[in-house]
Amino acid sequence: MKNFFASNKGLIVAGALIGLIAVCLQKLGNPGNMGVCVVCFERDLAGSLGLHRAEIVQYARPEIFALALGSFGAALFFGEFRPRGGSSPVVRFFLGAVVAVGALVFLGCPWRALLRLAGGDWNAIFGLAGLICGVAAGAVFFRQNYSLGRNLPGRRALGLIFPLFMLALLGLRLTFPQIEGEAKNDLLFYSLTGPGSMHAAFGFSLAAGLIIGLLGQRSRFCAIGAFRDLILFRQAHLFLGVLGFLGAAFVGNLALGQFHPGFENQPIAHTQSLWNFLGLFTAGLASALAGGCPARQLFLAGEGDGDAACFVLGLMGGAAMAHNWSMASSGAGIGPHGMAAVVAGLVLTLFIGLMFRAKNAA
Amino acid sequence: MARTVDARGFSCPQPVMMALKALAEADEALIVEVDHETAAENVERACREKGRSSTIRKTDSGYSVEVSPK
Repeated sequence: MKNFFASNKGLIVAGALIGLIAVCLQKLGNPGNMGVCVVCFERDLAGSLGLHRAEIVQYARPEIFALALGSFGAALFFGEFRPRGGSSPVVRFFLGAVVAVGALVFLGCPWRALLRLAGGDWNAIFGLAGLICGVAAGAVFFRQNYSLGRNLPGRRALGLIFPLFMLALLGLRLTFPQIEGEAKNDLLFYSLTGPGSMHAAFGFSLAAGLIIGLLGQRSRFCAIGAFRDLILFRQAHLFLGVLGFLGAAFVGNLALGQFHPGFENQPIAHTQSLWNFLGLFTAGLASALAGGCPARQLFLAGEGDGDAACFVLGLMGGAAMAHNWSMASSGAGIGPHGMAAVVAGLVLTLFIGLMFRAKNAA
Repeated sequence: MARTVDARGFSCPQPVMMALKALAEADEALIVEVDHETAAENVERACREKGRSSTIRKTDSGYSVEVSPK
């Protein structure tokens, strides 16, 4: 069976649908310009599990579980579930952690950078410029035969462990739902104010996430690959998906009255342009070196890629530390340790980039 | 016997880079072995953009993209 979503046209459609679903989630209650943000939502999930205690960003977002499980279901159904791993997993964990820290200095993953732009938040221009420069820096390493090495096919359980983890967390979320006015239900923390308290109804979030997971798996939509392939191969295929995403989110925002152009007073955003640029530069470089954007890694983890699962766990760990150590930004500006975090993340990523170059690849 | 590039197990963008490098080196027929459908699609697309036709065949260990000579 030919996979429509893997064609140019199909990818534009998939990107547009994902963008549209994201802005609808904002209308249904998710925070402004944050219909889907994989890093923010991993951070909220980490908070809900108590891995950090920033009280305004604690919520076990059903979208995260659903993105992975939607991809898992699609991969199973279409015969693309392929347990694999062993391509420098611990390095991928740290790349994920750096991506989370960099993205939380900007305040958003590559998807949210696009959603912020589509909502008229011009600060996102600096973030996206940083992202593109970061990916371009990654391309330099790839041209020098950078590689994290081959993965190997694994046992079925290797591929199942991450989707089962997501399923277990979904089960926890269902068992311990938010109690009105309570900041905790037995195991899970919930935000009473702030971004963590803003969310679409559980069913909407879950359904939207499952559809996005399916679309993501089928289309291979990737916000990092889009720029990487343009830079490395002058190939626009994945970029078309990003254009579809951006265009549909923009039109959707106009239709829903969610387009508010400007720099100031944007939802969950700050105006420190240099750090918006450098935050996503770091995240863009680290994502490129890991082979895909945070959402794509979640889809791959759903397909049975144990290395991508390590990246996603790194995201969660990095996001938790970003708040534990005041590295994450807020609407007021970058955190007390935001600058140090970006520098440290960049140093680690450059070290990985340099050390994993091979004189003769494969 | 066509030249074979074994790109199995590499994450994006390496399979495409390996295929393009091999295409640039010679005009002869080429077989690119990959382990998943996404990589096969990507390699096929890259070959097409270089004016080389190819067919994807399922193998025991994944997919084999057979690129015809220039």
